[in-house]
Order: sequence, then C-alpha cells, then structure tokens
Amino acid sequence: MAYSEKVIDHYQNPRNIGTLDKSSNNVGTGLVGAPECGDVMRLQIQVNDETGVIEDAKFKTFGCGSAIASSSLATEWLKGRTINDALTIDNMDIVEELALPPVKIHCSVLAEDAIKAAINDYRTKKGLEPILDGKKHY
Amino acid sequence: MLKLPIYLDNNATTAMDPRVLEAMLPYFTEYFGNAASRNHPFGWKAEEAVDYAREQVANLINANEKEIIFTSGATESNNLALKGVFEMYREKGNHIITVNIEHKAIIDTCRHLEKQGAEVTYLVPQPDGRVTAEQVEAAIKPNTILISVMYANNEIGCINPIREIGEMAHKHGVLLHTDATQSVGKIPVDVISDYIDLASFTGHKMYGPKGIGALYVRRKNPRVKVTSQLDGGGHERGMRSGTLNVTGIVGFGKACELAMNEMAEEGVRLAKLRDKLERELLTLEESYVNGSIEHRLPHITNISFKYVEGEGLMMGVKDIAVSSGSACTSASLEPSYVLKNLGLDDELAHSSLRFGLGRFTTEEQIDFAIDHVKTAVVKLRDMSPLWEMFKEGIDLKSIEWAEH
Repeated sequence: MAYSEKVIDHYQNPRNIGTLDKSSNNVGTGLVGAPECGDVMRLQIQVNDETGVIEDAKFKTFGCGSAIASSSLATEWLKGRTINDALTIDNMDIVEELALPPVKIHCSVLAEDAIKAAINDYRTKKGLEPILDGKKHY
Repeated sequence: MLKLPIYLDNNATTAMDPRVLEAMLPYFTEYFGNAASRNHPFGWKAEEAVDYAREQVANLINANEKEIIFTSGATESNNLALKGVFEMYREKGNHIITVNIEHKAIIDTCRHLEKQGAEVTYLVPQPDGRVTAEQVEAAIKPNTILISVMYANNEIGCINPIREIGEMAHKHGVLLHTDATQSVGKIPVDVISDYIDLASFTGHKMYGPKGIGALYVRRKNPRVKVTSQLDGGGHERGMRSGTLNVTGIVGFGKACELAMNEMAEEGVRLAKLRDKLERELLTLEESYVNGSIEHRLPHITNISFKYVEGEGLMMGVKDIAVSSGSACTSASLEPSYVLKNLGLDDELAHSSLRFGLGRFTTEEQIDFAIDHVKTAVVKLRDMSPLWEMFKEGIDLKSIEWAEH
C-alpha cells in the first residue's frame, strides 16, 4: 500500500515527539489504543490555566506510519488552540489532511480519541466533569 | 554500489535464476507444441521436454517420475491432495489431522472439507512451532485417513520431524501429506526415507517460474490415488486435466536440477549470512527470534522487536523488502495467526519481521540490512510510548488498555 506524501513526511520528521510531566497540574495526558491491536498513542497537552490555550503538545505512538502521522499532525493542530476549540478537531479532518485510505481511518479515530482523553485528563485535574463523547465513528 | 531496495523476502517468492530462463526460452516460440499432441514432432518435442523435466523434479525428492503430478502451484497441489484424498478414501474414514499454523491453502481447504462432512483435528504446535510424532499419533482415530503436516513453516522456517511422523503414520496405515513448499530445494527432502505419501511444492520458491508446481503422489507401498479436481482430458494419469504448461515445467525442472546440485553449498552460505544478521539484530535489547532455532531452514529468521509495531517498522526499513507479522490493514488489526498460535503475545506478533535470504543475497546486502533495521528500531522506540513505559519499569500488563 502506498502512503501519501504527508504521511511519509510526518513519519520521517515527526513533530513534537516527547514527554511532558504527566503529574503536572496543567498537563493533560491521553493514552489510547492497546498493544495487542498494534496501536497505542499517548498525547499530552500543556494548558495555560488562565487562557485555556494549549501551549505545548507532545506525543509518542506505537503503530503504523498512519498512526504516527495522525498523532504527529494532531499535536501540530493542538498547539495554540484553546481546549474548547481543540474539541472540534474531527477525525475526518485528519483523514482528509493525510489522505488516509479507508483501512487506516481507525488511526485518525485513535488520534481524535487521544485528544479527547488528554483534554478530559486535564479537566479532571481541574475538578471539571469529563466531556462524554457522544460521537459515533465509522 | 548497492541497488536498493534489497530483496529479503525469499519465502514469498524468489527471483528466477537466469539459467532457468535460458532453459525455458526455446519452448515459448520454437518448441511451442502441446505435449499431448501425439501425431507430430511439435508434440513429441514438447513431450520429451516434459519427460525430462519430470525426471529432474522427481530426482530432487527421490521419487519416480511417474509419481509427479504437475499443477499450477503449491496451493493447487494442497487442494488436490486434501480434497482428492478425502474424496478417494471417504469410505475408509473422514478424519484428517493437521496443524493450526499450516499455510492458508491447507487450513482453508480443511475448512471447506469440514463443510463436506470431514472431521478435522487442528493440532497446536509446541512453542517452537513444531509438532512431535507423539502428538500426531495421539490424535489418530479409527476413522483417520490423512495427516497433513508442513515440512517447514513459511513464516518462521521451523522444520517438522517429518520422518518420524511419516514412520508413525505408515505404522497406523494413515496417509501422510506434507506441504513442502518452503523446504524442497532448500534442504534434502526424500519421500522414501521420510515416508511421505503426498508432497506439495512449487517452482517459484526455488528460483523457478511462477504458475508451476507439483504434487508427489506415491505409487507403491502404498499406492495412493487422489480424485481429480479438474475434469477434462485426463492428463497427469487422470489426476489433473489441463494442457501442460510446458515452458513452466521445463523451468521447474531446471530449477530442481540446480537446487539438487547447489543446495548443500547454498544452505551453508545462507545459514552463515542469516546467523550474522540474526546475531547482530539480537544485540538490540528486547528482540527475540520466533520459532525453533535448532530445527530451522537455513535462509530464514523471524524476529520480534518488542515495543515497535511491525508495519511502522516496515515503513522505516523501506530500503529492504521483508514481511511483517502485523497486518494493520484490516479493521480487525489481526496479527499473524502463525505467531499467535505459537502462543506469542499479540504485541510481540505485531512487532515481528521475517527475513528471507536467497541465492542472490550477498554479505554486503546483509551488512546494509543490519544497519538499516537497527537504525529504524532505535528511532521508532524513541517515539514508542510502550518503550518509554518499559524503560520506566511499568508492567504493560498492569495497564487497562481501551480496546478499539
């Protein structure tokens, strides 16, 4: 299967690989997927408590090229957004941007889930209710 | 200068040996006759070529040329063997014994036969991928008509004790079929001393052309018959109708002759290169060889690099052509059933690469592959959350993973 140029670019030059201090009060961590499924994403956001703006985003991913590219792209898109705005990122936006084939759509779903999980982790730390994801994928 | 990418997937298929092509060429244009045309020299010439090739093929496995049935490849041979025996010996019984890490051409044929009333036992191999003769014997019942155990596995290369299984099968009066696709031409396969009744193999795994294979069907002690699956002109002693693929057969014969002459030396050379590749790659932490190391084909190694996903790794090693045990292209994300059935954790199965060396593999290519794979594994581990957790001493099994 041929990968799109954008997937190859993110795979070869992943943006924002790394680790933020997950115990920090203004860092939200989302860990999604499962090793036995062949995909695990960890996405972290560092939020400015006053403005709600995501100041930094990091990821690490165990998975195929599309999974790595989806999470790399997600961190790019998260930086500079408010967390409310970040919630509007839809997996299909990722599919479109990376030109993912149908068999790789699950990678984008995982990235969206990782964003939501990171935001919810942050919200929980701030004593807020987690946001329930009512969206149905596929 | 190395030409990239480097082909290290010789268990999928092999490049055709130029000597094979040379032998085939005249039979496309000059000697194009139908081997079944008995009335003119065009047919005679083709028939003569087929007869010669049949001998070359038979010699490689110590069979008689009358025991070679040409087919389109190993998948057809496997189908013919299983379906043909089941139909022919139905009155004797309906039980077939096989192993759950056989090739799909065996597994799916067995599934088909189950719908036709067969009873199939799928043995679970030992952790090294092999089954023992005792294991097979314990599964034999009064209605058992056939045992089908592969000679060597296509994903991990482990070699089954076919001689012991065959001897035991003969003692019980049960037929033994072996899918010898990966082993014929690579290691000595002798249908007499191995007590094999039926054996499937193919040209393109041993530097011959694609689209030509053979089923060995024993003619005496015991005389074995299979019901034809293709009706027509009654070619191949009535077991496989269809105009003979003369060019393919000529190439297959040549490939068998070359294998017979060069196999021993080639095996030693490839094992040495394979061992170097393996030794070097195992210097990476948390990397493991899958399957038997002791009883293994000389040209294959299957290695899991824990905490790195196979398909992602494949993308990182794009300058070499290998296979991955991870199939993340389907909705189910199922890893290799062979590795899973060996009892490997799914994550280890997802992290595996199969390296298959061949006649045209050079040491320079192996040196390149070693560096290339090491670089990719280190890079991907740097971006793997699982590797980070492992390094922090977190037990991955203690985490509640969200299935998706």
